[in-house]
Amino acid sequence: MFEQTIFYLFSAGLVFAAVMVITVRNPVHAVLFLVVAFFASAGLWLQLEAEFLAIALVLVYVGAVMVLFLFVVMMLDINIAVVREGFARYVPIAGAVAVLMLAAIGTVLGRDHFGLAQVAAPGPVGPEHENTAELGRVLYTQYVLPFEVASVVLLVAIIAAIALTLRGTRQSKAPRPEHQVLANSRERVRLVKAMSPETPE
Amino acid sequence: MTEFLYNLLSFLPTPLATVLIVLLKILLILLPLMVSVAYLTLLERKVIGYMQVRMGPNRVTFFGIKFLGGLGQPIADAFKLLMKEIVIPNGADKVLFLLAPIVALAPALAAWAVVPFGSEIVLTNINAGLLYILALTSLGVYGIIIAGWASNSKYAFLGAMRSAAQIVSYEIAMGFALVGVLVAAGSLNLGEIVEAQRGNVLTWFWLPLFPLFLIYFISGVAETNRAPFDVTEGESEIVAGFHVEYAGMGFALFFLAEYANIILISGLTAVMFLGGWMSPWPAFMAAWPVVGTFFGDGIHWFVFKLSLFVFLFLWFRATFPRYRYDQIMRLGWKVFLPITIVWIVLISTLVVYKIPPWFDTATTEVTS
Repeated sequence: MFEQTIFYLFSAGLVFAAVMVITVRNPVHAVLFLVVAFFASAGLWLQLEAEFLAIALVLVYVGAVMVLFLFVVMMLDINIAVVREGFARYVPIAGAVAVLMLAAIGTVLGRDHFGLAQVAAPGPVGPEHENTAELGRVLYTQYVLPFEVASVVLLVAIIAAIALTLRGTRQSKAPRPEHQVLANSRERVRLVKAMSPETPE
Repeated sequence: MTEFLYNLLSFLPTPLATVLIVLLKILLILLPLMVSVAYLTLLERKVIGYMQVRMGPNRVTFFGIKFLGGLGQPIADAFKLLMKEIVIPNGADKVLFLLAPIVALAPALAAWAVVPFGSEIVLTNINAGLLYILALTSLGVYGIIIAGWASNSKYAFLGAMRSAAQIVSYEIAMGFALVGVLVAAGSLNLGEIVEAQRGNVLTWFWLPLFPLFLIYFISGVAETNRAPFDVTEGESEIVAGFHVEYAGMGFALFFLAEYANIILISGLTAVMFLGGWMSPWPAFMAAWPVVGTFFGDGIHWFVFKLSLFVFLFLWFRATFPRYRYDQIMRLGWKVFLPITIVWIVLISTLVVYKIPPWFDTATTEVTS
């Protein structure tokens, strides 16, 4: 009873936040609602005893990715009117894509492939069960090849992103910290003994 | 203690009693924390005052007792801030403007749920404690970003932008430093991390993980936006940074969050690198009645180690000039990050080959 209440609370929060993400006018508000959505789904995962995934979701997406999202969205001054200009023209294409997506999701999550009839419900494992250790064990033994391939793909993506945004060698005349760190007082400062005429010897 | 409370509340249904007891435990953590935060502001002003050869606050007393000069200052400050009007600037995003201080304070308090004060004194002993800490310390930045944006002020916005980039950069070095701790202890549970350091002052993790210890603490200073990394506030450049538009209680909440974070980072450094509640020489005069208790393990060691790091925060503020922004970025990405990666490889080698004196008895092997 108690657990069900919590579940519906988080689910309602998740659905509400997700709807708000695509309906609010202000992009910063949309990003913040996305953060709320991540939190709600992390709560749901906690209820499924997947504490590693829940905390990783908050750590990676809320703690890092969404901060950078906010960073970018706050700097852009997005004009909503311009973004919405071609709305009527794109509705047919968008509708077709939406129907296709819904059909795909329906097939995968439909009665034939998903649900309690196909996949048995896992029983509760208790608080002693270490989700993190279990995941790590499987990732580095059974799924080590796909896991490593995924990390290489990510590395390629990082290098590609840097290559796309790199604009040749440095053109700016900004000071270089690595030179500044090496500077020492003996090279920069010369102490001289100056005496004013009035100073008695 | 808990059983005694359950007996005391036996007239209530068990779930309700559990909730009440948990609330009581939370209060037992939060009330001392809040008092410490209040008096930390006084300590800071006093310490910096003496370092700059002046007295610091010494006027406000309790009931005019001269001996207590200055001790009433935090209470007086809190009252002043409570009484002040809350000003909401024109063109500010009202909801977010009022929400931001709460968002800043909440993670700073929530993180205390997993901090072990003693071998049995912890609110929730969860297995993924280290991850939980990492996740919550990374959330503190939201309060700052939201405040900076919602204020609709250029100075506040600049402060928020600086803070976002800085915290994301230092979080990576911090995370890697914690990976070293995790490898050395073989557990994500904070209590077990302390247990893994059992022995004396030389078996604590500060020695085998010395570079990570320094990096974690310095990154912690950067994460809390304290001097010398306080470009977010930067009085000489952007007035007061992200909280320039805040007055009264909103301003006070940001301060509460900052000082609660200072105490939290100090406590975590003590737990992960200085053996938490463990005594540096547990066998020293163990049979003596009073001295033995003092030199035995206990919460007083945790508080003592925590205070040491808190003092370091104040010392930094009094002595170091502010970092320039590009130098902050260089330090985080080009100095700390490579060092942590090299040290993780090194420490993994030590753990795998069970190199004495630290890891010869390590029980880090995962049974498959």
